[in-house]
Amino acid sequence: MVAPQRELTAQQGVGKAPPSPGERKWSGGLSFDVRLAGLLGVLLVLCAVGYATRPDSFLTEANISTMLRLAAAIGVVSVGMTFVIISGGIDLSVGSIVALSSVWMTTVATQSYGPAVMVLCALLVGLGCGLVNGLLISYGKIVPFIATLAMYASARGLAERLSGRRTQVVTETGFTTFFRGAFLGVPVLIWMLALVFAIGWVVLNRTTFGRRTFAVGGNAEAARLAGINVKRHTALVYGIAGLCCGIAALMVVARTTSGASTNGLFYELDAIAAVVIGGTLLSGGRGTLIGTLIGVLIFTVLNSIFTQNNLDTDIQNIAKGVIIIAAVLLQGITARRRRVLKT
Amino acid sequence: MSSLDRRRFLWGTTAVGATALLAGCTSNETPQSTGAALAGASGANTQPGKQVTIGFSAPAADHGWMAAMTKNARAQAEQFSDVTLKATEGTNDVNQQIAQVETLINDKVDVLVVLPFDGKALTEVGRQAMDAGIPVINVDRIFDTPLAYRTWIGGDNYRMGVNAGNYIAEQMKAKNIANPVIAEVAGIDALPLTQERSQGFKDALARSGFSVGPRVSAQFTSESGEQQTSNLLQGASRIDALWNHDDDQGIGVLAAIENANRSEFIMVGGAGSKNMMDRIKADSSVVKATVLYSPSMASSAIALARLLGQAKGIGDLAEHEIPALITTYSAVVTKDNVDQYMDVGFDS
Repeated sequence: MVAPQRELTAQQGVGKAPPSPGERKWSGGLSFDVRLAGLLGVLLVLCAVGYATRPDSFLTEANISTMLRLAAAIGVVSVGMTFVIISGGIDLSVGSIVALSSVWMTTVATQSYGPAVMVLCALLVGLGCGLVNGLLISYGKIVPFIATLAMYASARGLAERLSGRRTQVVTETGFTTFFRGAFLGVPVLIWMLALVFAIGWVVLNRTTFGRRTFAVGGNAEAARLAGINVKRHTALVYGIAGLCCGIAALMVVARTTSGASTNGLFYELDAIAAVVIGGTLLSGGRGTLIGTLIGVLIFTVLNSIFTQNNLDTDIQNIAKGVIIIAAVLLQGITARRRRVLKT
Repeated sequence: MSSLDRRRFLWGTTAVGATALLAGCTSNETPQSTGAALAGASGANTQPGKQVTIGFSAPAADHGWMAAMTKNARAQAEQFSDVTLKATEGTNDVNQQIAQVETLINDKVDVLVVLPFDGKALTEVGRQAMDAGIPVINVDRIFDTPLAYRTWIGGDNYRMGVNAGNYIAEQMKAKNIANPVIAEVAGIDALPLTQERSQGFKDALARSGFSVGPRVSAQFTSESGEQQTSNLLQGASRIDALWNHDDDQGIGVLAAIENANRSEFIMVGGAGSKNMMDRIKADSSVVKATVLYSPSMASSAIALARLLGQAKGIGDLAEHEIPALITTYSAVVTKDNVDQYMDVGFDS
C-alpha cells in the first residue's frame, strides 16, 4: 500500500483539509462540493438528452424504476468498492464473488432449505470471500491487486465448478416473489440499494470505522502510529466489499430468476469506473459515496438512452469511455477554477 | 483474558458453523430429466454390421447446448451393439484437443467424430487423420478445407433467423397487424453466428414487408438478457413480436418481460432448451415458439460414423455414399408440435 503524499492531497484539495485520524471528516458526504456539482451536471445533461430524444418514455415512472433496478446490483458493489479504494486498496474480484454467491445460493441443495437460507448463503459466501481477500492482503502481505486478481480467477472457477456452467433457475417462488415485489409502491431492489447506500454513508462519515478507513488510506503508517489496528481494519474493509457482493448477488438472482457463473461479468471494471468518476482518489484517503452513486447512475442512464434510441452497443462503449474522461476532466477544471477564485 | 478467549471461541464457532452450513449447500443433484435425442437406424441399416470403433472429441461441456452434444453422442453409441466409442475428456484448450485427436489417430480408430473448439485451429489435425485413412466427421464448427473432413454435419444459423422471421411474419398477418413493431434480442454481435442469425431474420421479415424495430445485443447470459430486455421494453411501449436468439439468455429475457408486466406480444426463442419447450407447451407465457439449433446433430454424427465404418449409405437416398455436407434444419417448435420435439430439448 503506497501512502499518497500528504502535500499532493492538500494541493489538489477543494477547500477540504486532508483527513487525519484525529480529525472528523464531515464533508465527505452531503455537503455541497464542486466536484460533485460537475458530476451531477453530467448526469442532468444525460437525462436531458434522454428526455429530448424520447420525451414519451424516458422520464416516465416505469423507466426510472427500471433504471434504478438495473443500477441496484452494480450500485451495491460500488459501495463496497468505494470503501476499499478509500482505504487505499483495490478489489478486482467483485464480479467473480457475485457470480459465486449467485451460484451457491441457487444450487438445488440451498433452494431446498428455503428463501432464508438462500439469502444467508449469498451473504456468507460474499463475506467469506471478502474476508479471505482481506486476510491475504493484511496478514499475508500480498498486494491488493494480486490477492484480488487471484480471487477473481478462482471464485469464478469455483462458480463454474459448482454449477457445471449451467444456468440454475430459481424454483423457490418465495424468494422471487419477495425480491421482485414492491414495498410502498417502490420495488424491493430499489429499497435495498437505498438502504445499502444510507448505511454505507453513515458508516463512512459518522463512525469511527469510517474515519479510520480514510486514515488508513491517507497514510497507513501514520494511522498505525495513531493506534489504529491497520491490519484488522483492512481485512474488515474487504469483508464489507465481499458482503456487498453477496447482497448484489441476491439482486441479480432476483432480477434474472437464475444463478449462473456468467453473472457479474465486468462488475469490477464498472464499479471502479463509477467510483473513480465519482471523485474517489484511486490512491486512497479521499472519496464520497454520493459521487459513487451518481457515477453508477450516469452509466445506467447512458445505457438506457442508447437502447431507447435503438443505437448500436459499439457506439455506447465509445461514449462510455468519453464520459469517463469528460467527467474526470470536468471535475478537475471546476476544482481548479474554484481554487483560483479562492486565492 | 478469559473474556477475550470467550470472544474468540464464539467467533470461531460461528465461522465453523457458517462453513459447515455453506458446505451443505453445494450439492446440485437433480433428478435426471431429459433423455437424449437418438437416431433410429432404418431398413437394412438396423442389422448389426462389422464392429466399428469411433473416436470422439469435443469441447468441454460448459453450457447446456454443449453438454447435450456430448451426452447425445454417448447415448447414441450405446444404442448400437456394433459400435465402440472412445470419447476423450472435453476440453476448451485447442492444443489439448489436437493432442487428443492425435492420440485417437494413433489408436487407429475406424472413424473420428470431431466437434472442434475452434474449426480453424483443428483443421490440420483433421487432415492428418484423413491422410492416415481415417474418415473424419466434422460436427458444427467447420474445418477450413474439405480435405480435413469426410462429412460435415452442423446447424444453420442463417435459417434460424429466416424461420424465426417467417413464423413471426405469419403470426402478424394472421392477427392482421399492418405495421408490427418487431423486436430482436441478439447474442454477442461480434460473432459471425449472431450476424448470420440477424441477417436471416431481417431478410425473412423483408419478404413480408416488415422490418426489425428495437434491437439489442446481449451476451448469451441470462443476466445480460434481463438487462438489455428491460431497457428495450422501456423504450418501446408496445411491441408485437420479439425474437430472442438464445434460450439460455432467454431465462433473463423472460424475467425482464415478467418484471415489466408485459404480455401484449409473442416471443420466439432460439436453440430449443427444455425450459422454453416446457413454457411453449404450457402456453401460459409470451413464449409461443422456439427455433431449433438442435444438439441432436451429435447423435446423427455418431450414426453417420457407424455407417461410414460399415461402408453403408443412408437409406432412402439414391446415393451409394454418405453425403459430404449435411445441414440440419432449424425447425420451428410451437405448441402444436412441441411434443414431438421434447426429446431434443436440452437442459440450460
